[in-house]
Amino acid sequence: MSSAECRMKKTYSTFCTRHSTLNFDTMDILRFITAGSVDDGKSTLIGRLLYDTKSILADQLEAVEKASKTRGDGEIDLALLTDGLRSEREQGITIDVAYKYFQTPNRKFISIDAPGHIQYTRNMVTGASNADLAIILIDARQGVVEQTRRHSLITSMLGIPHIVVAVNKMDLVGYSEDTFLQIAQEYQKLADKLAIKDLKIIPVSALAGDNIVDKSEAMPWYTGETMLHFLENVDVQHDLNLNDARFSVQYVIRPQTEELHDYRGYAGRVQSGVFRKGDTITVFPSEQTSKIAKIEVYGQEVEEVSAPQSATILLETDVDISRGDLISGTGNSPVLSQDVEATICWMDDRKELKVGNKYTLQHGTTRVRCSVKGIEYRVDISNYEQLEDIESLKLNDVAKIVLRTAKPIAYDAYQTNRANGAAILIDETSNVTVGACMVEA
Amino acid sequence: MKVKKSVGYTPDNQALFDLNVNYPIQTRYIMSNIQSLSSDAQRQDYLDQLESEAIYIMREVAGQFERPALLFSGGKDSITLVRLAQKAFAPGKIPFPLVHIDTGHNFPEATQYRDWMANEVGAKLIVRQVEDTIKAKGLKEPTGKNASRNWLQTFTLLDTIEEFEFDACIGGARRDEEKARAKERIFSFRDEFGQWDPKRQRPELWNLFNGKISKGENVRCFPISNWTELDVWAYIEREKIPLPSIYFSHQREMILRDGNLLANADFIYKDDSDVIVNKTVRFRTVGDMTCTAAVESEASTIEQVVAEIKATRISERGETRIDDQQTEAAMEDRKKGGYF
Repeated sequence: MSSAECRMKKTYSTFCTRHSTLNFDTMDILRFITAGSVDDGKSTLIGRLLYDTKSILADQLEAVEKASKTRGDGEIDLALLTDGLRSEREQGITIDVAYKYFQTPNRKFISIDAPGHIQYTRNMVTGASNADLAIILIDARQGVVEQTRRHSLITSMLGIPHIVVAVNKMDLVGYSEDTFLQIAQEYQKLADKLAIKDLKIIPVSALAGDNIVDKSEAMPWYTGETMLHFLENVDVQHDLNLNDARFSVQYVIRPQTEELHDYRGYAGRVQSGVFRKGDTITVFPSEQTSKIAKIEVYGQEVEEVSAPQSATILLETDVDISRGDLISGTGNSPVLSQDVEATICWMDDRKELKVGNKYTLQHGTTRVRCSVKGIEYRVDISNYEQLEDIESLKLNDVAKIVLRTAKPIAYDAYQTNRANGAAILIDETSNVTVGACMVEA
Repeated sequence: MKVKKSVGYTPDNQALFDLNVNYPIQTRYIMSNIQSLSSDAQRQDYLDQLESEAIYIMREVAGQFERPALLFSGGKDSITLVRLAQKAFAPGKIPFPLVHIDTGHNFPEATQYRDWMANEVGAKLIVRQVEDTIKAKGLKEPTGKNASRNWLQTFTLLDTIEEFEFDACIGGARRDEEKARAKERIFSFRDEFGQWDPKRQRPELWNLFNGKISKGENVRCFPISNWTELDVWAYIEREKIPLPSIYFSHQREMILRDGNLLANADFIYKDDSDVIVNKTVRFRTVGDMTCTAAVESEASTIEQVVAEIKATRISERGETRIDDQQTEAAMEDRKKGGYF
């Protein structure tokens, strides 16, 4: 039995009751993605977090032990917990995002294990788009590599508020402080070019469990937080935009029964901001105004709702509203325009994006046709420089483009309002999602 | 190809990544705003957040598709879906039918509950029998020990989708259930043969679900993808949702087989190695009687059940689903073939 495996056994045997200390009333949710290059140990890190928080159940562990033995590498391969597809297990790689769940007393964690291979970057973007935090793994033996740059660019572009760089496999570089500092410095240089709001760099060994849940005895020079401690305490509540009131209408509830004859409720989700009873609102794109007569949360009346709550809004006057419309509070208005500039990550492996191409743009609950007017530049992943005179975009290219929509849409800048600044492009013949757009205003 | 200046270095560069320069202010004004919120909007706890997300997904299904259906088996996950659908469209009625693919091997308690619940919420209930598909199509039914109609359900489901031209089916699958499910999108595209292609899933970004399809194709939608077994139980407890009696402790005649306890029924094949015993049990999941194992338990209230689930060391599927214990890729293979 290897030493890592020994330690795992020990942790597991001290397993006590699993969820007895959960505080259902005060728990919140943190969604985080693990990114990095192939073999940097992303799946192992998640496996380790699950293992050390006692979230792997006896039969699941047994199955992983059995599979690890079949593969004959002697050690428990924690990556087998997340590689859920047959072809992933066969090739020993992660192809698509895997979601895993664990809990500590005050937080529910949704972990999103993203693939490291370049050709699966679009799956990484899928996972990252909903994350509050990204863990970017770096192999201490390799330092910053191209995928580190690519994933850092994508996470910052997607506006993920918190980034943790896990310098992994410290056990394989003799737990050297110098190596760690060198990599940290190199990463800091890279981060300076990007919009990273909150950056944390931690030396770890996911395999041996150093600085994941428990402080590493092998790295006394590191006095900062462990990975789990940081994940448990990072504040995500304040990352929400509660300033700009936006509500996109998903569905109109009209019961048309005798007692609810005139009931007309606009069902949707508060994308950002706060709505209160009596607020004056504007409906986009029609720009009609009205006042909020009533707010209901699943049939119960409330005084106010805030993002990201689902709710139903009733207005004082008869306004023509249907799915796809945006109800906005007065104050900061969204931009209403047919011209949209956006950063795009291109995701189609079959067709390129070319100037003049037409797509369906989905923004909020609205869909509208659009055409590509121009490509301003493409970003070079290796140094973040902008390359001009670009004719087309290939799979995984990141670029800035200009779109013209068939009808005006009401949007905000993605960087200040993730919910109302995000859009996707859909191919009109295959119906596949081909682009992730972050709108500028 | 010429190179423009590098991103973010110059203050006059209006490029995409320079916003951070004065960005952190955002967090501050948000903070001050939060304190001015009154108590009911101040903070959604984690169950509120999960509920809110699931309701958003329900409404997207109703908004994007012409003929959706909710797959309802009378099990706790689909019962949770029905509650979420009620809330999503309140005070209106649930705007789609409940559909059950009945293998004929269901627990009678679950089918009774199914009928009662559909009536209670005023939803249309569509039931299609696997037995009828077997006869009509001349399907070969698995026989012998541990034979199950689980896989045959797929045929009936696909026929039902065709019969009613359903373009979306809402299901109660959760990603924590099984490792192939952990990989699936919330809006999961199926081709005209009902097949899932795990290697070519559509990107799914933010909360912008893409339900665009061509005729004959459909989408499986999973509003409680991000819930765990414990979340479902905690929600049922909080919402005080009634459940079929088999979820609580009761006396039952059981077949003891390979360490599993199966409910005894005439249609279950038995041989000499099977032992019939009387046990006090409850079921942690509700599937077919042929492939659902019970746990020995005295838990007779929802609080007691939740306490047991909190303390368990065995996963839901590992403990109760005999069909998934057979091969490592059992679920993935069923899903590729059109299973939910």
